[in-house]
Amino acid sequence: MFSIIDANKGIYVILFNTKDVYPLKKSRTLILLLCLSTLLITMSKAQQRLVTFESYASLEKSFHLSSDTTYVVNFWATWCKPCVQELPYFEQFNTENKNKAVKVVLVSLDFAKQIDSHLIPFIEKRKLTSQVVFMADKNYNQWLNKVSPEWSGSIPATLLLRGQQRTFVEQEFDSAEELNTWIHSFIKS
Amino acid sequence: MFLLFSILFNLLGIHPSNTGYQVGDQAADFSLKNIDGKMVSMSSFPKAKGYIIVFTCNHCPYAVMYEDRLVELSKKYTAKGYQLIAINPNDPAVKPDDSYDKMIVRAKEKSFTFPYLFDEGQQIYPKFGATKTPHVFLLDKQKTVKYIGAIDNNAEDAAAVTERYLENAIAALESGKNPEPAVTKAIGCSIKVKK
Repeated sequence: MFSIIDANKGIYVILFNTKDVYPLKKSRTLILLLCLSTLLITMSKAQQRLVTFESYASLEKSFHLSSDTTYVVNFWATWCKPCVQELPYFEQFNTENKNKAVKVVLVSLDFAKQIDSHLIPFIEKRKLTSQVVFMADKNYNQWLNKVSPEWSGSIPATLLLRGQQRTFVEQEFDSAEELNTWIHSFIKS
Repeated sequence: MFLLFSILFNLLGIHPSNTGYQVGDQAADFSLKNIDGKMVSMSSFPKAKGYIIVFTCNHCPYAVMYEDRLVELSKKYTAKGYQLIAINPNDPAVKPDDSYDKMIVRAKEKSFTFPYLFDEGQQIYPKFGATKTPHVFLLDKQKTVKYIGAIDNNAEDAAAVTERYLENAIAALESGKNPEPAVTKAIGCSIKVKK
């Protein structure tokens, strides 16, 4: 009856066949409106969870909005298997610490041309509850050192940050417990 | 505080320090099996003016994005005396796609024009301090490390590259200068090691 064509980036084309089984103009309009609103809700849900940052400086700024919040910043990508493997531990931590002064931010380093084909479907399929942001600045040599001079560039990598305090690891976590212990020792420091 | 974290990291088995080659260090030669079954070393190319050592692999999307560029680089710089040598540092027990047999297949598919060696036993990549694929080390004739890092500044789109770090570094060597920058960073896949 209708189809949605993903024409590149976020341009959605709706084809509505007027010769369809709805003889009344009224019901046809109603159906169209229903379809449209469902589509818009779905789109905004995905976009709500995916904020794009054009530069690392603007992303880092967002980590200083609250000086007593600990930001757990995980750098990952859908194509990175060890990243995807440890993601549930971050999700679990996020759920368990919802009411505390700690915020998990999953910074996607996915390829720009795979946002619609890989990243958004992944976020939806896994029903990720942590905030996912997309890092659009692909000139990595300009900003990896700002995350940490220790970062050679492999992912996964995770930054903990609270005000001026920060610590960083370039490694994957093997269990929720390992991640928990690491974050809590930072929070207590 | 720093000490506290160091102790904590050690307890957790996290070792952030990299003990591999830094710019200025002289690299030891290696002898690794090429895809044709023969052992290859840097000394297999006695006439080379320098060596482009690239840690790369089959499975990593970032490494794959650079395959065609490696072929181009090898064609361009072999003629100028710089030997490109690719080394797969991954443990195939962790990443079956990076097995020796699959290296042979991939090299054929992409018509590699350079040796593609297997770091069997994973002894060589830690000496270099490679941490990811792709990870490039440019050495001069004396095997002194002159440049470490990325090939260029745009993995996703070769046409949109604005800085050719590796080629600039070679050009610096050609004119008797030290590369600037001598170290660059880029995203890559972690080297796969059995736990």
